[in-house]
Amino acid sequence: MSTPAALLHTQPVIVETPIGQFWHMLRKDRLAVAGLVVLIALVVIAVVGKALTEWVPAFNPATVRLVDKLRPPMAPVSSIIQAEEHPIGGVYIFGTDELGRDVLSRMLQGSSVSLLIGFVAVGISTVIGILFGGIAGYYGNLRLGPMSVDTIIMRFTDVMLCFPTFFLILTVVALLPPSIYNIMIVIGATSWMGTTRFVRADFMSLRDQDFVIAAKALGLPEWRIIFRHMMPNAMSPVLVSATISVADAILTESALSFLGFGVRPPFATWGNILADGKAYIFDAPWLFFIPGLAILLIVLAFNLLGEGMREALNPRLRSR
Amino acid sequence: MTATTQPLLTVKGLSKYFPVRGGVLSRAANWVRAVDDVSFELHKGETLALVGESGCGKTTVARSVLRLIEPTAGDVRFDNRDVMRLSRSELRMLRRRMQIVFQDPYSSLNPRFTVGDIVGEALHVHGLAHGPALRERVGTVLERVGLARADQERYPHEFSGGQRQRIGIARALALEPQFIVCDEAVSALDVSIQAQVLNLLRDIQQQDGLSYLFISHDLNVVRYIADRVAVMYLGKIVEIAPTRELFNAPKHPYTKALLEANPVPDPDVPPAPHALGGDVPSPMEPPAGCHFHPRCPQALPECRQRYPDVTKLNSAHQVRCHLYGGEKD
Repeated sequence: MSTPAALLHTQPVIVETPIGQFWHMLRKDRLAVAGLVVLIALVVIAVVGKALTEWVPAFNPATVRLVDKLRPPMAPVSSIIQAEEHPIGGVYIFGTDELGRDVLSRMLQGSSVSLLIGFVAVGISTVIGILFGGIAGYYGNLRLGPMSVDTIIMRFTDVMLCFPTFFLILTVVALLPPSIYNIMIVIGATSWMGTTRFVRADFMSLRDQDFVIAAKALGLPEWRIIFRHMMPNAMSPVLVSATISVADAILTESALSFLGFGVRPPFATWGNILADGKAYIFDAPWLFFIPGLAILLIVLAFNLLGEGMREALNPRLRSR
Repeated sequence: MTATTQPLLTVKGLSKYFPVRGGVLSRAANWVRAVDDVSFELHKGETLALVGESGCGKTTVARSVLRLIEPTAGDVRFDNRDVMRLSRSELRMLRRRMQIVFQDPYSSLNPRFTVGDIVGEALHVHGLAHGPALRERVGTVLERVGLARADQERYPHEFSGGQRQRIGIARALALEPQFIVCDEAVSALDVSIQAQVLNLLRDIQQQDGLSYLFISHDLNVVRYIADRVAVMYLGKIVEIAPTRELFNAPKHPYTKALLEANPVPDPDVPPAPHALGGDVPSPMEPPAGCHFHPRCPQALPECRQRYPDVTKLNSAHQVRCHLYGGEKD
């Protein structure tokens, strides 16, 4: 089978649909493709890891083996450990922590948390952002008392932007029980402002575009004009910013876990593995570097993909 | 055109003022009188052209008539129904019978829809056709405007400007309206394509008995397609007459100037000797009296005082100018 790059040089690509055009542009950006590949791999790892850590004893992240504590990566298991507590292949691929727990298993368990928090938090913030931005952009001229709808929503957005988000999250998380759901909601509810601004700006310019006026003239219902005609045309900056925001949300969750405000400790996340490891940074650097590199990798992958999408969706570059 | 007793469209005293907001509380500090007291009638099967310089309110008239923007004042009756007093759902039903074709064939088509979706969406939403019947009807409309049935699957960006304008016309025709506003519908096209699209519009009109409100600043196009012409200046209709009469015997000084300024495609003909001087005044602060008097070569003292009333020169020819103020209507 020929690689995509080879195909690109041998035959002209017939670009038909907007999605095909987008894909064609994205494929030319090697870094974005690399980011996409890494992300797909991480999603697969997270899903498989979730299953393995739940049901396969060899991958149980909670198994404590005090004899084998702080073993470096690739260290073989001690002979005293019972067979059902052996890691896969009898080797601690990523080493063990201060309680002799297998770091590979803990990383696997943490990967699904990181990705889930990233996606759900961004999902929440994107929905809020589209809703507020859409209302401000489409119904902005409506007046409620002395102020227009647009003024009310956008000043509230400005107020939210004034808060140092991370400290707001810390405060809220300190008051709420530290569950993964609360963290998702809090991160989502404090990061919608950028999306709101994008969507509002796009809706304001789309509202006066001829094809939207044409849709009105055809007697189409308002919801159809908003959701089928305007929304898809306002989506590209939202998609780009959402991709990059996933990286931010994962970082925020890691930071929260690192500070001890995150997901409750027996459950592993990349942030709390990192936090536990900081006490042993000179004796067991792998406890620090493995989650650190994983976070770096995922954040980098999302950012590269986001940048690549921004380029691919740019209409000025597209005409070529 | 047979002057039937009942016009299809009657517009009376239509006005649209846009607020100019300023200050801390964004109060309306001033008003732009984009359209001021415009009245006209349009009969079945007739083409009325609306001409004038950029910014004189032609497009605002058209969009107000369709209630795509809410006019400040005025009365619009379409087929004996008061368009201004319709509820949302009644208006949606009426929209099936009045359509619009836009100037820019690029921004007027949703780039994410296939041609089939663009043309067929309204049929689907109004419950007029579904599934294979919908595709059949869209195909028929596309053929009428000179496109292929198979073009339904393609996207707008695969077509040229002229073809895209045909898609826009097909979208307007799909609902089988009785009245279409052509808002500078050919202005963005090459001259040869213009002729094709104009002929298409005329053929469709003859087949379906459509009425057009044809907005243009191109007098040659207007002369070709219109039955009657209304000339607008700063938000008001200054003269309205049958096309031949208007071009052969213009009455209003502005109409005369406009016709003189129209370039003749012959290099041996020298340009018009006394083309109009000055600029169009701001519609925010129109001159007192007749809005045209600062540029008018025949201005009378009266013109500075009072805006002239409508003078009926004959049954079809009306002008708003003090030079003809003899018999008031």
